[in-house]
Amino acid sequence: MIEFLKRLFNPEPSSVTARERLRLVLLSDHLALAPDVVESLKSDLIAVISKYVDVDADHCDVTFEQQESVVAMLANIPILGMKPTARAPRPAPPPEPPPIADPSPASASVSVSKSRRRRRRKASVNAAPAPG
Amino acid sequence: MHELREDPVPAAPPEGQRRGRCIVVTSGKGGVGKTTTTANVGVALASTGARVVLVDADVGLRNLDIVLGLEARVRHHVLDVLEGNAELDDALVSDKRVPTLKLLAASQTREKDDVDTAAFKGLIDKLRERFDYVLIDCPAGIEMGFQNAIVGADEAIIVCTPEVSAVRDADRVVGLLGERVTVKLIVNRLRPALVKRGKMLSVDDVNAILRLPLLGVVAEEPGVIVSTNKGEPIALDAASPTGEAYRKIAGRIVGTDTSTPEIPREASFFGKLFGGQR
Repeated sequence: MIEFLKRLFNPEPSSVTARERLRLVLLSDHLALAPDVVESLKSDLIAVISKYVDVDADHCDVTFEQQESVVAMLANIPILGMKPTARAPRPAPPPEPPPIADPSPASASVSVSKSRRRRRRKASVNAAPAPG
Repeated sequence: MHELREDPVPAAPPEGQRRGRCIVVTSGKGGVGKTTTTANVGVALASTGARVVLVDADVGLRNLDIVLGLEARVRHHVLDVLEGNAELDDALVSDKRVPTLKLLAASQTREKDDVDTAAFKGLIDKLRERFDYVLIDCPAGIEMGFQNAIVGADEAIIVCTPEVSAVRDADRVVGLLGERVTVKLIVNRLRPALVKRGKMLSVDDVNAILRLPLLGVVAEEPGVIVSTNKGEPIALDAASPTGEAYRKIAGRIVGTDTSTPEIPREASFFGKLFGGQR
């Protein structure tokens, strides 16, 4: 509500809007113009996920999508099953990997968003060590 | 976004093997002021005594001659020279006002694809032996006309207006120019009053994206329209702040002016009232 009133009485200058729109569109442009970078990102991503689960590397799909205020990376990586040797993240190792119940591949959809600069700044403030 | 590339002045050519600098004026987007910039920077460079040739690479849409006020003097054009139908010396048009300035006009009745890239590069190399500066007015777009215009250049001036479309296109063109070409930026048609009120991208906003060495900033001024109407480049107008901006740009290209480009400020009330040409 306060945010709404702020916007009503003190609207964002159009140059700020222009700056933000340009930032997003250029991010998309540069990703579209660098297929080799996207391809290498995709294979790294698959390699990392493969450390934990068996994935269907032939049917992985990584795309970028420009949304209202972010450019999002959408990764569709079909999971075939758990790795027999997979361990849960530290500190508590599980006794045994769970048995594979469903043989049909599950699909994980990961969405990583590049947050807006303003939010990022806020986050970094929050992450700063507490005084004293 | 691109790495900031610093390169002040290219190395001097060895004795007896003179080679002038070839600078292409480009933007990607049309209508941002490439031709006006080429004309004025060319005039300002030649006014320092340097030998300058302006090459209009916008085949099919010839304009540099009319902006310079030399349209009545053009007898032959660049394709006449490339195809052996005219001697280079016959095709070079001398400027009325600055004796060291020459123009090689584009062909109006032909198409950009008619230009042979290798032959065009050969012509540019020939011009570089005879002139201190070869300035190429690049057509809009990134197709064949653009490719031909940049083939002989090792420096580029990006002309960009503070608009989202122009910045996006400029960013694309910088990527296409590649590492071979030294790229610098002119921000054109800035309206300081709008920037102050947050209604226009500032020079810093533009260059936060393009990240290029800034050669100069030219404010939008009615005088530029008036001077184009008359075919008298504003760089020759000693009283015009815009003319001064172009002369400073020329100084920075030559290397005699090492000052940081100033950002134009809003004209005062009295300046608006009494200044300006008709």
